[in-house]
Amino acid sequence: MKTDVLVIGAGTAGLCAAVRLAQAGRRVQVIATGAGSLGLAPATIDVLGYAPEPVEDPLGTLPAFVAAHPGHPYALMGPERVAPALAWLSAVAGDLGYPGTLSRNRLLPTALGALRPAGLLPESMSAGALEAGARVVIASFNGYRDFYPHIVAANLSAGSLALDARPVDLVWEGELPDLAPQRLWRRMEEPEVRARVARSLRPLLDGEVAVGFPAILGREHGGDVRRDLEERLERPVFEIPTLPPSLPGLRLYDLLRAALRRAGGRLTLGETATGFRARGGRLEAVLASQPPREDEYLAQAVVLASGGVSAGGIEVDSEHRAREPVFDLPLSELPQDSAEWFQEEYFGEHGFDRAGVAVDALSRPLRADGEPVFENLFLAGAELAGASPWREKSGEGISLVTALRAAEAALEVCA
Amino acid sequence: MTDLMERVAGSVRGSLDQCVKCTICESACPVMPVTDLFLGPKTVGPQAERFRTGEHSPDHSVDYCSGCGICTRVCPQGVRIAEINSRARAELKREQGVPLRDRLIARPDVMGRLARPVAPLFNAAMASPPVRGLTQRVLGIHRLAPLPRANGRTLDYRLGRRRSRPLGGRRIVYFHGCSTNYYEPRVGLMAIAILEHQGFQVEVPAQGCCGLPMQSNGIFDGARRYVRRLTEQLSTPDLDGLQVVATSTSCGLMLKREAREILGVEDDSLRRLAARTYDIFEFLRDLDQRGELRTDFHPVPLTVAYHAPCQQQNQQIGKPALDVLSLVPELRLVELDRDCCGIAGTYGTKAEKYEIAMRVGAPLFGDILELAPDLVMCDSETCRWQIRHGSGYPTVHPLEILYRAYGGRPV
Ligand SMILES: Cc1cc2nc3c(=O)[nH]c(=O)nc-3n(C[C@H](O)[C@H](O)[C@H](O)COP(=O)(O)OP(=O)(O)OC[C@H]3O[C@@H](n4cnc5c(N)ncnc54)[C@H](O)[C@@H]3O)c2cc1C
Ligand code: SF4
Ligand code: SF4
Repeated sequence: MKTDVLVIGAGTAGLCAAVRLAQAGRRVQVIATGAGSLGLAPATIDVLGYAPEPVEDPLGTLPAFVAAHPGHPYALMGPERVAPALAWLSAVAGDLGYPGTLSRNRLLPTALGALRPAGLLPESMSAGALEAGARVVIASFNGYRDFYPHIVAANLSAGSLALDARPVDLVWEGELPDLAPQRLWRRMEEPEVRARVARSLRPLLDGEVAVGFPAILGREHGGDVRRDLEERLERPVFEIPTLPPSLPGLRLYDLLRAALRRAGGRLTLGETATGFRARGGRLEAVLASQPPREDEYLAQAVVLASGGVSAGGIEVDSEHRAREPVFDLPLSELPQDSAEWFQEEYFGEHGFDRAGVAVDALSRPLRADGEPVFENLFLAGAELAGASPWREKSGEGISLVTALRAAEAALEVCA
Repeated sequence: MTDLMERVAGSVRGSLDQCVKCTICESACPVMPVTDLFLGPKTVGPQAERFRTGEHSPDHSVDYCSGCGICTRVCPQGVRIAEINSRARAELKREQGVPLRDRLIARPDVMGRLARPVAPLFNAAMASPPVRGLTQRVLGIHRLAPLPRANGRTLDYRLGRRRSRPLGGRRIVYFHGCSTNYYEPRVGLMAIAILEHQGFQVEVPAQGCCGLPMQSNGIFDGARRYVRRLTEQLSTPDLDGLQVVATSTSCGLMLKREAREILGVEDDSLRRLAARTYDIFEFLRDLDQRGELRTDFHPVPLTVAYHAPCQQQNQQIGKPALDVLSLVPELRLVELDRDCCGIAGTYGTKAEKYEIAMRVGAPLFGDILELAPDLVMCDSETCRWQIRHGSGYPTVHPLEILYRAYGGRPV
């Protein structure tokens, strides 16, 4: 099939690149094996949380950070691209929130009541950035297995902000034997259910400045659900991201999909890119599995946003042999021997953390000799080498910035 | 990966080991959030499958899986969840027995043949609330569920002997499926007219049911017999090698993938048939991309909303009806972005599942009401009936619009 630009991958990176391209009037086709990691992630757009000390002012810290890490995606794309990328996302996100620029990280409670630095926030979380000593209630439903308000409140009270946090266990009234989050967030969209929740919670409140809930407050009409609860409880309500499934991430996924559709782009899920055809230094076609046949996408430019090791963008076998399966792109920063791949500490810096595909300033994958592999292939997201997103808290920021860079560079090569 | 590992991971059951419990399928399943009776794709699929030893089914809620296939499409690890569920449903039926109702609705060919001679009577009866109340009580077909109207003049009847239409030009085969034949022959007539307009000689061999409704009702033996017979009918020496064009998205998917991937029918002629089967708009889009589609279009000044059915999205061909119809002057196309209308073939007609199916479709119906288009289009027959039922809007096959654009008369 013919298209102007083919995007491979439907995570933050692939969807943002595709929306940008479609907004520019290009025919865009996204193909992806499955949905990307947005539905698992908290959907705060974190640019830089630790370097390795906690970062207060990410934009202000970036110049020094990139100087110290010349191979980091932010350094290659140019730190001046970060603020415009954030502004682009907040424009696309509209009602979901993500207001403005990013001059200050804010501390948000996690599902265990720890505090973590977060970048741009969806509106549903903003009341969760609390002042030290603030008095709050953390409420959840008895029987919902992914969130324990007692643990959250105890840890918040003992944490660095010394909050005065009190847990409330609500009893879910009515039938719903299995409080799966998907059922909870759908039921919260019903006004009668919210009225019931508020009726049982309101009398228990006493001078708290805000109420925190696990992030289950409605998928499609999340904003309305939260505002309604705020009115009924007479104070701000905020969501705390949960274990997967992560509703804030799903909302952003839904929003990017809708933006893509409105801009005329197409998304096909369940289709895996398997290979390519090239002539000289130019990609001519990408092959994709479309059982019972194989399809060939003829595109002027290709954006590869197939994620890191966990998404299949990079395949690793049991003997730690790693490869990029679609274009066989060279990988850099791979550990030299198997023993170096992992560290004892789960959140330690693992040997493969920074591994990935090295790119130039246009986000084109590079060969060992420093030349682009193809003049019209651009890379975005977790597949880029040189970052340690889990430790830096930079994953979504890198995805966004590289997606827009790749999209803009792809526009340049389209006739 | 070694060959052996690839074969295991690529097989339906073997794929369960790739599940990383990420919950992505659960967040996409349209059924799980709207009923407490269904435990969700991850649980009934890769998880329960470990305990299916062939002796007894550990989980009965799998019967509430509609088979829409969305879970398989979104799973980033390649777990064949919906296919695992389909097989598990068949096992469950084998254990518990298949109710009479499911045996009936699984045979659109038999139902259609019985209803045809008495079509006006059948239609009047099916429109009568007391009769429908009775069918619900006796058979378990919900009294409000959207059912097709029988047509006394089937496609077979209208074509008579003109099954091969020697107009010259390249030959192709048209696969119409049961519902076009018995309920919506106009779809078949439009398909033939449009293909002939492109200069093809259209062969319409006598053809039986593909077995899909049997498969989704867990009657695998019967389904295999049906699809094998159809494969023979579409692969006679005279037809073998020709491209086959389908107007029913679910029957097309049956030939392309499900007969092999769900029923496990492994034979060469089916494999060859699968590889030469195309959805009609996929076929027309290919023509357009080669510059061979006729574009002598009349303007069609309508606002038309389009819903892409699950069974077509499971073919990974994108939205070819939108691609082709975007060429029609003055047509305003609006893409509805909901995954499922709820009906899932025969699922939403069952008394115990009707409400679930209506809740699944509610957001789609809501979007349509808000948009207030002139027409709604959808490529799948049962979905058209459901959308008409749920939204009250006339819902047509996208061929209807293309037919008008080529100068054909509206219904
Ligand atoms: C649980 C979790 C929590 C996170 N928390 C944070 C956080 O707090 N802050 C933060 O900044 N970041 C966080 N992240 C990281 C961030 O979400 C991701 O790193 C980043 O968004 C990666 O996006 P991506 O688009 O590059 O890849 P992914 O989202 O992984 O998407 C990859 C896509 O490519 C597809 N694909 C792969 N191979 C192929 C192929 N051959 N053909 C077709 N398609 C293919 C996949 O199916 C998928 O659609 C978190 C991630 C996870 C999983
Ligand atoms: S989406 Fe796939 S990997 Fe994730 S839980 Fe479902 S089956 Fe498992
Ligand atoms: S096939 Fe459809 S209904 Fe069944 S589990 Fe998958 S998504 Fe849910």
